[in-house]
Amino acid sequence: MKFELPQLPYAADALEPTITKNTIDFHYGKHHQAYVNNLNNLVVGTEFENADLETIIKKADGGIFNNAAQVWNHTFYFTSFSPDGGGEPKGALADAIAKTFGSFEAFKETFAKAAATLFGSGWAWLVKDSNGELKIVQTSNAGNPMTDDLTPILTCDVWEHAYYLDYQNKRPDYIASFWKLIDWDVVSARI
Amino acid sequence: MAFELPKLDYAYDALEPHIDARTMEIHHSKHHAAYTNNLNGAIEGTELAGKSIEDILVGISGHSTAVRNNGGGFYNHNLFWKSMSPNGGGVPTGEVLQAIEKNFGSFDAFKDEFSKAAATRFGSGWAWLVKKEDGSLVVSSTPNQDNPLMDIAEVKGTPILGLDVWEHAYYLKYQNLRPNYIQAFWDVVNWDEVSKGLIG
Repeated sequence: MKFELPQLPYAADALEPTITKNTIDFHYGKHHQAYVNNLNNLVVGTEFENADLETIIKKADGGIFNNAAQVWNHTFYFTSFSPDGGGEPKGALADAIAKTFGSFEAFKETFAKAAATLFGSGWAWLVKDSNGELKIVQTSNAGNPMTDDLTPILTCDVWEHAYYLDYQNKRPDYIASFWKLIDWDVVSARI
Repeated sequence: MAFELPKLDYAYDALEPHIDARTMEIHHSKHHAAYTNNLNGAIEGTELAGKSIEDILVGISGHSTAVRNNGGGFYNHNLFWKSMSPNGGGVPTGEVLQAIEKNFGSFDAFKDEFSKAAATRFGSGWAWLVKKEDGSLVVSSTPNQDNPLMDIAEVKGTPILGLDVWEHAYYLKYQNLRPNYIQAFWDVVNWDEVSKGLIG
């Protein structure tokens, strides 16, 4: 089975000005595509040739893990956005956030800090653990919380390629704008 | 005395078209300045205040993550700016060329190995030409702002040439095409500075 680059649920310019078309064209069109292509090339002749992404992420290491996790992470990231995004989560996710963090604002602050302080390339995540509790974690490079038996709910890509064309060294400005794009219908359904 | 952001030996636009002026300005005046300020903040009032950056880095396993990240960032960028010159590029001569040929077989073989180390560093980091304690030269790569001086480095020694492959070093001009940036680096390498590192 060949892995494929998923279609974006919006046009490349639909997230402007928060994320520009220029960034989407490179981030989705080049980086995400390259991870898909690399993965397809790397799995040939390995035990992972017919495996699904989740299996590869949990069992592989090295280049196969890096590219598989980056395919998964980017799909998860891009599908969290909507040009009509923003606002607050609903239902069970809203309740869980209020219970764990005290308020949506307090959650946003903790998540933003995790995204701002991840040193180097990586990701900040809102996850659910095996007891159903919410947590915020950071992963370096291609890291994915599923390898620690955590269920991803929301992620922010803080590789510089995610924001450098639009925000340069000002990662906190990118993170502050990120909230305007979140499709809470999609994200709330992940819990 | 606190560490200071060094002035560059050339103008921000002096490495054009290989490294663009906007990248140089943000990289030096924002990224390097932040590492410098954060390093000073991390060591202020501690036993590390007043030590040389080299002394701090060789014992990095005993210091905080903030000192490791920002001390590395301060030192690595100092070396990086010195590693480049508007009059750089070409093939080294004299002792540098001899040492490279002795350790790598040929200049092209060295270039290939160094370029590969830079291209295959996954995520953020650096590629290095390292002079080991026994005087031999090796190519290595470190993640994030680690470097070969650190006692935690896989390959230890003194870096005498460094290439920054954090995306901030090349993204405004080269975007996803890191190999093109690496190729361009060879046109600005300051071999005089490498020579000083080799002999020093």
